[in-house]
Amino acid sequence: MKISFLDERLESIYAKVKQGSRLSKEDGICIYETPDLIGLGIIANYVRCNLHGNKAFYVYNQHLNYTNICKNRCRFCAYAKDDGEKGSYAWSMEEIEERLMERIEEPVAELHIVGGLNENLGFDYFIDLLKTVKRVRPRASIKAFTCVEIDYLSNLSGLALEETVRQLKEAGLEMMPGGGAEVLNTRVHDALFPKKIGHDRWLEIVRTVHKAGIKTNATMLYGHIETLEERVEHLITLRELQDETHGFSAFIPLAFHSQNTQLSHLPPTTAMDDLKNVAAARLLLDNFPHIKAYWVMIGESLAQVALNFGADDLDGTIIEERITHTAGAKSAKGLTQAQMEGMIRSAGFEPVQRDSFYNRVAKLN
Amino acid sequence: MSHTDKIAKIIEKIEENQRIDSNEALDLYRNADLLTLGRLANQKRFWLHPEKRVTYVVDRNINYTNICVSGCRFCAFYQPVEKGYILSKQELGEKIQETIDLGGTQILLQGGMHPDLEIDFYVDMLVFIKERFDIHIHGFSPPEIDFFAKRSNLSVAKTISTLKKAGLDSIPGGGAEILDDDVRQKVSPNKCLSKEWLEVMRQAHFQGMRSSATMMFGHLEQDFHIMAHLNKIRILQDETHGFTAFIPWTFQPGNTKISVKKKTSVEYLKVLAVSRIFLDNIDNIQASWVTQGDKIGQTALFFGANDMGSTMIEENVVASAGVNFMLPEAELKRLITTAGFEPRQRDCYYNFL
Repeated sequence: MKISFLDERLESIYAKVKQGSRLSKEDGICIYETPDLIGLGIIANYVRCNLHGNKAFYVYNQHLNYTNICKNRCRFCAYAKDDGEKGSYAWSMEEIEERLMERIEEPVAELHIVGGLNENLGFDYFIDLLKTVKRVRPRASIKAFTCVEIDYLSNLSGLALEETVRQLKEAGLEMMPGGGAEVLNTRVHDALFPKKIGHDRWLEIVRTVHKAGIKTNATMLYGHIETLEERVEHLITLRELQDETHGFSAFIPLAFHSQNTQLSHLPPTTAMDDLKNVAAARLLLDNFPHIKAYWVMIGESLAQVALNFGADDLDGTIIEERITHTAGAKSAKGLTQAQMEGMIRSAGFEPVQRDSFYNRVAKLN
Repeated sequence: MSHTDKIAKIIEKIEENQRIDSNEALDLYRNADLLTLGRLANQKRFWLHPEKRVTYVVDRNINYTNICVSGCRFCAFYQPVEKGYILSKQELGEKIQETIDLGGTQILLQGGMHPDLEIDFYVDMLVFIKERFDIHIHGFSPPEIDFFAKRSNLSVAKTISTLKKAGLDSIPGGGAEILDDDVRQKVSPNKCLSKEWLEVMRQAHFQGMRSSATMMFGHLEQDFHIMAHLNKIRILQDETHGFTAFIPWTFQPGNTKISVKKKTSVEYLKVLAVSRIFLDNIDNIQASWVTQGDKIGQTALFFGANDMGSTMIEENVVASAGVNFMLPEAELKRLITTAGFEPRQRDCYYNFL
């Protein structure tokens, strides 16, 4: 179909996309700058529908945040606490089991497990954690730990990175979420999360994990101090690594929530920015199979719209979201399967319940 | 002609800026994807308003009473006589003064179908306001005016001229819900019929008064009722040219007697876009951030809306259904600016201030 774009610069991007040519850094900047949101959506939706047709995925999942004690104390985080601080916690194996048992009747297909860098926990704790989860929920996949945690666990274990990953895999680790990358840029790193691992180490860990046969997602935390150019560079860095490893499964743009953080003066991200980040990811990350619209961060209503702007996955039902909600997120803490499927259908797509690896799950109920 | 060809033909018509009929609108609504509707509505919006501006009004909703005998099943606001309130003149005066102090230029003055009040009460209220304040009164709604007329044994024309003389400046398009009497019978059986709603607007327009038009959807109507509603509005507008704007919004089921699944944002944006495309004779389409929230409110600016509505210093009716979005003027302006538009405060007639 011939489309007349309000922003003429989109013509050449559309032409490239239709030929299957890779977009440049300049194209990426144009995507973020264009005022023609609908035109951008049409191009991203074209790519999305070529890849996934009418399908939109979601997973029946449960989050487990095993501790909120963290020595990193990043400036954008509202979740972390110091050891001994009021409200700080670290779950014992009994408590982990309890959380899982509370929901044992539900068809949970994936456990999303992340936590802080808690110096009271030894490497054994993590091996136990994985084994406990696997024992209680043998049929669910374990998607756990960010690169930041893997780096920390490698220090804890005193083992080489490869060996640390091998032992975690043996204990039950099947996949890793993409958190902790924030923005792969030294300026942003030094200003916002100086104690967290930097750009090079993050990439080194992902490379190692992918080599060990573990798929990961990737993320970008946007809407704080990063520039448009830094966003585009972040995406291109991920694209280059994906060319090398093919280990990334989904990309998830994460909208920054400032409430209760040291950056609380910053306004929330807008719909315009949220939708552009989804579209930019779909268009620049031509070698990533999936783009998620993470409803916890952008809200259920906009996540539904985002399915038309390049996203093919609404993430999960999530039973109890904690991290973004401590930073003031107004979205629900969890959605039912019926709500999730209703959102997808009324957006014009066919809902597909998936496992961690995007295999279709036969519905139990 | 195949079905795809039929849709392509409709799209072609719209791109040539031709009018489509309500069957074509229904076909389009059912078969076109979200971004096709968005693209066509956005195109239409820029034909009508080539400048990259989005307007808004600073005003306050004042509900002079919550007593209403209409008993609409979608309403969470109304109370019976013994439980409800009528604002005193002092309270009314304070609310208006506050509105003026905050840079407000108008009040949206609405109440209910109060069984004991006659036309004199409303005249007295309008005169009281106009004697003390220099403020635009965007007041009542067709069901209220129709009820006042019946209650006081006056014609609709006489009721309107009386209210106009007392100080009523314009009429909000509320209470239209869905202009189909089968649907109205189910959701608001005691409210005026669709032809009565239209007649109030016709008379008001004949008397030189402007009004807006609204549509509340997502309760017990079918999609073809939505198109029929748009068609009735467009026919009257061809006759009178009195409507300034059209405002569709979604029914909020919280605390009401109608138990349905709330319409989603995509359904809202589609109806908004079809409204922009179909209502070629109405200048302005308003986004409803009150029912949709700030994110979809902003997104609506790309699906046909060129106006963000009101800052709503006070809003009670939607809030009573458990939906509470608040947007101060600065935040409203930020949403408009970050979407790439210049925010412009306007009056009730869409003149820039």
